[in-house]
Amino acid sequence: MEPTLLGRIGYAFVSLFVITNYGLLLIGSMARISAKVQGRVGQPVWQPYIDIIKSSAKRNAIGHGVMFYLGPVFRLAGGIGTYMFIPAVFGSVVFRNFSDSGDLLLVMYFIFFGQLGMALGAGEGGHPYSAIGVSRGLAQMTAFEVPFALSVIAVAVQYGTLDINAIVAAQQGGFARWTLATNPLAVVAAIIAFLGMSGHNPFSVVIAPQEIPIGPPTEYQSNLLGMLQTNRAIFNGAKLVLYMNLFFGGATNIVAMVIKTFLIYFVNVFVGQAFPRFRTDQSIRFFLGVPTLIGIASVIIAVI
Amino acid sequence: MSDKRLKPAPLANEGLPPEERGLFCDAAPREYEPARGAWENFLNWARSESLWLLGFGTGCGAIELRPLMTSRFDMYRYGIQPRPTPRQSSVFVIGGYASVKTLKRIVRSYEQMMGPKFVVALGSCTINGGMYWDSYNTIKRIDQYIPVDVYIAGCMPRPEALLAGFQELKRIIKAGDGEGQNEYARNFDWYKANQKKVIKDWNMPDYNW
Repeated sequence: MEPTLLGRIGYAFVSLFVITNYGLLLIGSMARISAKVQGRVGQPVWQPYIDIIKSSAKRNAIGHGVMFYLGPVFRLAGGIGTYMFIPAVFGSVVFRNFSDSGDLLLVMYFIFFGQLGMALGAGEGGHPYSAIGVSRGLAQMTAFEVPFALSVIAVAVQYGTLDINAIVAAQQGGFARWTLATNPLAVVAAIIAFLGMSGHNPFSVVIAPQEIPIGPPTEYQSNLLGMLQTNRAIFNGAKLVLYMNLFFGGATNIVAMVIKTFLIYFVNVFVGQAFPRFRTDQSIRFFLGVPTLIGIASVIIAVI
Repeated sequence: MSDKRLKPAPLANEGLPPEERGLFCDAAPREYEPARGAWENFLNWARSESLWLLGFGTGCGAIELRPLMTSRFDMYRYGIQPRPTPRQSSVFVIGGYASVKTLKRIVRSYEQMMGPKFVVALGSCTINGGMYWDSYNTIKRIDQYIPVDVYIAGCMPRPEALLAGFQELKRIIKAGDGEGQNEYARNFDWYKANQKKVIKDWNMPDYNW
């Protein structure tokens, strides 16, 4: 039975709750795995929860104006908006979210909406490191956008639709029907773009935590920082689910979703632990070089 | 959260040129009442399990912080991690001797941190001046200038001693005694007078919020 609009909104909250917790645990477990690679014990898996509670429990906070407060709001809206238009589990009523025809374009827009809002907010913070972080972030974003957009175009051409549900439906029926098997070049270009999108090594210079220029959130503290940390989990989950749907055959149940997204995210850790960091100019040159060529090749293959 | 404004009189900011005084805050810090009962205990538990260090090396003792991040000592497993900006960090580690010039930065950074905030002072120099006890430009006792929660004695204290100190800080926070922010607000005039006594070129706002 088709749920009512109110029912769908209720399900969307359930879906959002699940992805938030999953995203937080994913960040925690990946930090733990990275620590093991470095021969450390590492932080507890639930550390992201404690950090968010701690940030939100700060007794005072300072503001720098309206736009400063709106920055994290835009960021959170971008994260939730991205997730809300992607079907997390194919065929599920609860995890269908608000996916509809043409949602692929909307999702691509939403992925960058948050970062632009954050740029405005961080700019009003007035801290020079915020401005440096924003300019680095936007430059890198512009660069990885090219291979990512090319691979999405290849997928859209291949399946002849911009509806994520239809793309997942076309990939059902075994590994041989996944985009990974039918157009591997598009997947390679997209995964390389994903490395830039997630901000792990070698593309971690934008948000370099624990170093002097921490990036756009330099001035953010207390509950605003808590919002940004929560958004990080939601946004990560949304991107992973999008990649799973476009390239890895989607998921028909939540266990398959968890396994596939975990493995996609693991690519980040795998690459990040093996390679040192690029400077921004190096990463721009990198993205506009081989990954872009692979992306163009994937579009040509899809057209032929 | 209820709070009371103890010092309604605005700060003069006399160290600044007149045209710049309006750009900075002129209100003294105020006290924040903790929440009550089990809720505050829960929040204190979260605060103690997520200690973000302000990674400013304010003295030679900061060199003992670096091994803590490495795989041998690994402070991350205790929920401790460095943070580059005072806005986001909750623990200020005073790394040994503080020259008068550094004290100025220490005060500015400490005041910019969001409360509840905690201070760990390491090395003998922060307790009684240590080997710099008769130096002309270092201060002897850091707790005359900012409130200190934990001292770690030694010259230098080993990283193990630092980890033990952080465990002690966790115990203090969980017991609800980590109220340095309120102590600073309550005794603001006394701290400010002490600071101004040693910092001769006072060219910053009286309170860096």
